[in-house]
Amino acid sequence: MGISLLQPVQKHEHLRQLESEAIYTLREVAGQFERPALLFSGGKDSIVLVHLAQKAFAPGGIPFPLLHIDTGHNFEETIEFRDELVRRTGATLLVRYVQDSIDSGRVREETGPYSSRNGLQTVTLLDALSELKTDAAIGGARRDEEKARSKERVFSHRDVFGQWDPKNQRPELWNIYNGSKNPGEHFRVFPLSNWTELDIWQYIVSEGIPIPSLYFSHVRKVIQRSDVLLADSEFLAKLPGEVPELRRIRFRTVGDSTCTGAIESNASSLEDILSEVISARVTERSGRADDRRSDAAMEDRKRQGYF
Amino acid sequence: MAAAGILRFATAGSVDDGKSSLIGRLLYDSKSILEDQLLSIEKASQQRGSGQVELALLTDGLRAEREQNITIDVAYRYFSTDKRKFIIADTPGHLQYTRNMVTGTSTADVSVILIDARKGVLSQSKRHAAISALLGIRQLVVAVNKMDLVDFSEHRFDEIAQEFSAFVAKLGIPQTEFIPISALLGDNVVEPSASMEWYSGPTLLKFLEEVEPHQKPFEELRLPIQYVIRPNQDYRGYSGRIESGALNVGDTVEVSTGSTARVQSLYVGGQAELGAIAGQGVVVELDRDIDVSRGDLLFAPTSPPLVSDRIEAIVCWMTEQPLELGRRYLLLQGPTRVSATVESIVHRVDVDSLDEQPVSSLGMNDIGRIIVHTASPLHFDPYAVSPGTGSFVMVDPFTHSTVAAGMIQEAVSKSEPEIVTGKWLWLSIPIDDARSLSSELRKFGKVVVVLPNNLDDVLIKDFLQQGIHVISVGGNPMPGSVKVVIEGQDTRPLTLEAILSLL
Repeated sequence: MGISLLQPVQKHEHLRQLESEAIYTLREVAGQFERPALLFSGGKDSIVLVHLAQKAFAPGGIPFPLLHIDTGHNFEETIEFRDELVRRTGATLLVRYVQDSIDSGRVREETGPYSSRNGLQTVTLLDALSELKTDAAIGGARRDEEKARSKERVFSHRDVFGQWDPKNQRPELWNIYNGSKNPGEHFRVFPLSNWTELDIWQYIVSEGIPIPSLYFSHVRKVIQRSDVLLADSEFLAKLPGEVPELRRIRFRTVGDSTCTGAIESNASSLEDILSEVISARVTERSGRADDRRSDAAMEDRKRQGYF
Repeated sequence: MAAAGILRFATAGSVDDGKSSLIGRLLYDSKSILEDQLLSIEKASQQRGSGQVELALLTDGLRAEREQNITIDVAYRYFSTDKRKFIIADTPGHLQYTRNMVTGTSTADVSVILIDARKGVLSQSKRHAAISALLGIRQLVVAVNKMDLVDFSEHRFDEIAQEFSAFVAKLGIPQTEFIPISALLGDNVVEPSASMEWYSGPTLLKFLEEVEPHQKPFEELRLPIQYVIRPNQDYRGYSGRIESGALNVGDTVEVSTGSTARVQSLYVGGQAELGAIAGQGVVVELDRDIDVSRGDLLFAPTSPPLVSDRIEAIVCWMTEQPLELGRRYLLLQGPTRVSATVESIVHRVDVDSLDEQPVSSLGMNDIGRIIVHTASPLHFDPYAVSPGTGSFVMVDPFTHSTVAAGMIQEAVSKSEPEIVTGKWLWLSIPIDDARSLSSELRKFGKVVVVLPNNLDDVLIKDFLQQGIHVISVGGNPMPGSVKVVIEGQDTRPLTLEAILSLL
């Protein structure tokens, strides 16, 4: 990369364009829908989304709530960061719990060493969207993350069951977003569609956006399972012979603690992370155990209404 | 160093001409493919019994596509080099997927067209060039692929370049670059070819890195309002993105509703600023309380847009249910939303031959010129001047799907259509055939009566003066009528076309 990476956004023409596009999309959501919500996971993409929403509506506040689907298997740091962000921005936070879906029998908890609540989130999310009558759920997904996402629209229509039909997507032209729908249906909206992981990090650096400490190098007890490092916790069921060991690691994505893989890293500043991302030889989602179940895993989950 | 921006380009190609391999090669050679992605396609290539790693698998995302070995929709790919960030709109190459090409090209700066050196110029390549021209693309790159399979022949390359140049000349696209490549071997994609020393031009990537996206010279202020920001009683800000021109604090602006006001304050990306330019999202506070809402347009009073409730537009029809004249559709123009009907179809454009044909409807993947009537006047500019205020989509109000994409050509004058007198034809066909012909003609908006050839010509003149066409049958042609002789059996479609051209 010959472009100097540590400059304010104004110096990065591509970031300025991406920012403007995302702000345009967020305003389209506010203009077209009655009850939007921003899906907040505590990960860097949703943190960038909140930052963009602040910019889009200033000097007003963010005109929709943040919705967090809490698996109950979070990293503590994520929750602390979330609560601090809400205090700082004055945004409204709504939390819905996977535990409630389990207790009410809506879902059954997976068991065994590969169990995760990641898949169960879908039910809690869809229940929350229908309870809140959310007609547009804003997500931080990017098209570069995964093959199935490369064909995703910015305004992605979901049927009454919250499902995505890849063969029946509306054509999306110019900057015209068609958010018309029948009652009970909703849209997923992805303002960061055209961003790559590198764009996100460059933007975080140039805007000085705070992110959770999990993204920086720290020493943690982890378990190595094949080539994925998983954080040791009470929620992670261990295989025979698996012994937690201390390693210097950081996380590249932040999700449910049972399926978010860590990497060994000494990157302790945003600048370090940027250089690491630039020379990275493994895509971001590859540390996530939930994508490894099959090559078409993401497409299957998306069809069912996953984020 | 100049700020490095984003170059968006659209690719399309026929089945098997190596488009997916080309994209795979661009991503691979520019080091945008990471190790685990590579491992995953190696695994998939082995499962398919393929001897080598198929770079095409990188881009064939959805399961249905992999099962059928086809791509079914527009996919977006990303890579960057030292020079700029690239966004590829990768559109499928099936004959019936004009609509996907239109979609992918709508946001592109440049079109990359693939031609298989063995097969030469196919209708699909022409179609992509024609669609690019319609959508205002000013720069084409023609990648002549599989040069390795024609022994890297300069003669073959020249032949193709000549044939395609002749076609592109008809489209009015000012710049076309021809590059001989082999996506499979990597020649002239990222690295220069060692096998084609006769070629001295840039590699595909070098061309894409250096091409200047065509700048529209349009500099008049156009600011469509998306959303009204009202944090408290004392502040009301109008948010939107400046499509063209510039805006400064103190400027006088006119709103499409008719009022004018001055700009009191401006926010850009959350910061108070004194001015803003095209491409920036702004929040505008005005110095007086006037009614502005979502879908209104702000512009400078000295350079207003066109205003009309009847527009002529070129549309691409995008859905299986055909266009219905007189049916109510929703028209979305940026954040503006208005009810509209299609009043008439001027013609259909055959994107392969560029011929204009009279038709009664447009079906999926058809491109045609139509007259649209809107429930309230639209403020717009011709698409060629300002895509931001000259483009629209049409939405079916019942299924909510996007049924058409349109590019406004001009306003249609509001004055009553001039009185045209009808034509009087004498046809050599049975009266029943003439009657069914007349009902076909009615679908094209032609009012026709069929009369036996023994009627008083005063009555006939009466019809003609009212603009009604008269078709006489039987007997001999009467003086004053145009004699049309139809020969042979089963000539219906021919007859219809012949008659339409006379009316």
